Amino acid sequence: MDTQLHRIVSKSRIASFTTQLVVEAPDVARKARAGQFVIVRAAEHGERIPLTIADYDRERGTITMVIQPVGRSTGLICSMCESDSLLDVAGPLGNPTEPVEGGTVVCIGGGIGIAPIYPIAREMKALGNRVITIIGARSADYLFWEDKLGAVSDEVHIATDDGSKGIKGFVTMPLQDLLKSGARIDRVIAIGPLIMMKNVANTTRPFGVKTIVSLNTVMVDGTGMCGSCRVSVAGQTKFSCVDGPEFDAHDVNFDELLARGRIYSLEEGAAREAYEHMKDGEPLCLARK
Amino acid sequence: MPGEKVDDWLKRKKAASVAKEEKVIDRRQRVMPREQPPEERIKNFDEVSHTYTDDEAKREAQRCLKCKTPMCIEGCPVGIDIPKFVTEIAGGRTQEAARTIKERNSLPAICGRVCPQESQCEKLCILGMKWRPLSIGRLERYAADMQQDERVEPQPPNGHKVAVIGSGPAGLTAAGELAKMGYKVVIYEALHTAGGVLAYGIPEFRLPKDIVAKEVAYVRSLGVEIRLNQIVGKTVTIDELLEQYDAVFIGSGAGLPNFLGIPGENLNGVYSANEYLTRVNLMKAYKFPEYDTPIKRGKTVAVVGGGNVAMDAARTARRLGARVYLIYRRGEEEMPARREEIEHAREEGIEFKLLMNPVRVIGDDQGWVRGIECVTMELSEPDESGRARPVPVKGSETVLDVDTVIIAIGNSPNPLLAKTTQGLKLNRHGALEVDGYTFMTSKEGVFAGGDAVSGSATVISAMGQAKEAAKAIDEYVKSKAGK
Ligand SMILES: Cc1cc2nc3c(=O)[nH]c(=O)nc-3n(C[C@H](O)[C@H](O)[C@H](O)COP(=O)(O)OP(=O)(O)OC[C@H]3O[C@@H](n4cnc5c(N)ncnc54)[C@H](O)[C@@H]3O)c2cc1C
Ligand SMILES: Cc1cc2nc3c(=O)[nH]c(=O)nc-3n(C[C@H](O)[C@H](O)[C@H](O)COP(=O)(O)OP(=O)(O)OC[C@H]3O[C@@H](n4cnc5c(N)ncnc54)[C@H](O)[C@@H]3O)c2cc1C
Ligand code: SF4
Ligand code: SF4
Ligand code: FES
Repeated sequence: MDTQLHRIVSKSRIASFTTQLVVEAPDVARKARAGQFVIVRAAEHGERIPLTIADYDRERGTITMVIQPVGRSTGLICSMCESDSLLDVAGPLGNPTEPVEGGTVVCIGGGIGIAPIYPIAREMKALGNRVITIIGARSADYLFWEDKLGAVSDEVHIATDDGSKGIKGFVTMPLQDLLKSGARIDRVIAIGPLIMMKNVANTTRPFGVKTIVSLNTVMVDGTGMCGSCRVSVAGQTKFSCVDGPEFDAHDVNFDELLARGRIYSLEEGAAREAYEHMKDGEPLCLARK
Repeated sequence: MPGEKVDDWLKRKKAASVAKEEKVIDRRQRVMPREQPPEERIKNFDEVSHTYTDDEAKREAQRCLKCKTPMCIEGCPVGIDIPKFVTEIAGGRTQEAARTIKERNSLPAICGRVCPQESQCEKLCILGMKWRPLSIGRLERYAADMQQDERVEPQPPNGHKVAVIGSGPAGLTAAGELAKMGYKVVIYEALHTAGGVLAYGIPEFRLPKDIVAKEVAYVRSLGVEIRLNQIVGKTVTIDELLEQYDAVFIGSGAGLPNFLGIPGENLNGVYSANEYLTRVNLMKAYKFPEYDTPIKRGKTVAVVGGGNVAMDAARTARRLGARVYLIYRRGEEEMPARREEIEHAREEGIEFKLLMNPVRVIGDDQGWVRGIECVTMELSEPDESGRARPVPVKGSETVLDVDTVIIAIGNSPNPLLAKTTQGLKLNRHGALEVDGYTFMTSKEGVFAGGDAVSGSATVISAMGQAKEAAKAIDEYVKSKAGK
């Protein structure tokens, strides 16, 4: 086959339940922009799953992905070792983040969403914006890349559900304070769990601040061919892989999306049971560490 | 007979043998291949009909009248010399028959299986005036399946390079033709498997994937390189390809699924046929959890549409254990699907709900499909396509209780390439605009063919266009090099 192999150059555990992979994918690295993703199929029997390009190195021809092993496919990828190869990596897919120049941009990352928000914050900084970053997670163990984000942000706020680091509460709290302070904010960009993005949208709506979210819908091909990624935006059906994944948060029908995210919950249970590398929700090779 | 002259004896002998032959060849009956019985085949994904045995093929081939002006050839979009290859089969020269077909058609094992023969070659066969036409498709399939691996002499390179976008029938054909002329050809394919609709759309039970793989391998053996996971417009742009290649051929198909635009279409349990078939065929969801990709195995499934795509989705759902309704807004006569597919679907117990049109998908409080509301349709005067126009009957709403809905009402070309390429024009149906003779798009050096140009059509028409385009590309590259 004329496919390139995508060797895992390095693998590390950067937080609880969070693995960082640096993978050879020169074609993708050459073109990657903030906001885009790849479709990965780890092995022959594998599923095609979307993963954000959290960083890229054009010279070395590598891309970085940060993954939470939530199910069979992500579990399998997280259980692979350095010098193993991913079978297929296709991309970069989706539209790059719409640029903002010389303004103030608030970048919000929740949980695994901290990874994709990083290249966006970096690009917004490079475009001459004042960048305010808010990251949040269940607890301090789940936080990562505070230093990387610090280097590209003018301010970093942290929120944890249990208060083990930063303020106790959700990312919407520092956001609310910022909005109330009356400071000029040109754009809010939020990536994280659906419920977080929905709440961010509700927080900014009364202030009329344009808010962008990156939707992680179920996907198969990632090229506009199947429609499994469809979402209702401003009452119209859009395909999130080609029309998105970033949309205006105030137009997104989050309730429909929350329901669509449950499509395969039954089957996923079966797949996880059949997946022998998992132990207590973590892949064996990570649990061992 | 004693005392008979030698000449007379010879005459008598010949007459007897002619009479004998005439008796053996019964032209009235078509020889049908064996098929898996419906109750068996709805439990597996194996191919429904078998390839003819040698004997069956010979007997069917002998029905051909070897017409002086064979109408059948007129009906074949690539002009295969049908009486020639059929005569070769009748004479037991199967390898020769396969070569005769390949002169015109590089994917015979596929076309023999999926061409809508009843509206092409077999429609015009003279036998059809009195009895059933010759089973040309099945004979073509037989010759292709029996062909031993052929060795292809690599062509001396002519020093020119062409990039092909998409590895469906159009892309594979253009690539094969150009390689045979000595071009260095590289195919860029978005998915992880080559074949286009042949790989992700048409199910295993109608077109086994090893057959597709074999045809792809043949194109590779001509020296064509296939680069998978390359989304042109994203991974690489057409403008970049033009810097490295003398010309570009677009065979990106019509992969964008249409939806009905009725309420409830984004409920859980509503699929496009593309998604449903891709999960099952390309990702092998029917082998879940051995394969990782899941699919909802509905108990009662409604498929909306009346073409090949709808039949494939309905028969796939049946094999996954569902009771299946097929909802179509016109009558059975108007269905665009191949006749064989319609017959097979009926035999498999698909329940046809004809002259019905869905108006709304009904959900439960969890966002799951629980029914589909339809209205009855009445046929009125023909529309611009010449088919009777269906109009809804007032007050005829009924609800079918289903937990899965599959929308199979057609596909449009994907706008990705036009969006990412300067100067590539689309017509009002979203298809690429090309010159009728040269297949060149509005962008110099960029050619196109297949579903990307015609909208959803057929495998053989995509191949026919790709062949013409390959010739045009050759002329274009040579004339440019000559300058
Ligand atoms: C554009 C995009 C970018 C993404 N980037 C990343 C990333 O950088 N890192 C990362 O870890 N994940 C990312 N995801 C989510 C990731 O694709 C899913 O977690 C993955 O497909 C789950 O597959 P699985 O077989 O491991 O889990 P499954 O067994 O399929 O699912 C396990 C659980 O995850 C939920 N789930 C399934 N699919 C998704 C999904 N698409 N989004 C959210 N939840 C889902 C299920 O409901 C279930 O509760 C991204 C998704 C999209 C659409
Ligand atoms: C379910 C189904 C059943 C059918 N049954 C029949 C039948 O029985 N008989 C018949 O004659 N016809 C049938 N058809 C129609 C037939 O399959 C198509 O007309 C034919 O495949 C068109 O060929 P193509 O090469 O133009 O496009 P496709 O087969 O669609 O191939 C296009 C290829 O290009 C790739 N591609 C698209 N965009 C890009 C890009 N930007 N970069 C790289 N690659 C790209 C796609 O991934 C795909 O592999 C059926 C179609 C479907 C969907
Ligand atoms: S290619 Fe199709 S139309 Fe032509 S002879 Fe074969 S089956 Fe008939
Ligand atoms: S028209 Fe029919 S009978 Fe005549 S040559 Fe063609 S296949 Fe044979
Ligand atoms: S993932 Fe298939 S259309 Fe978006």
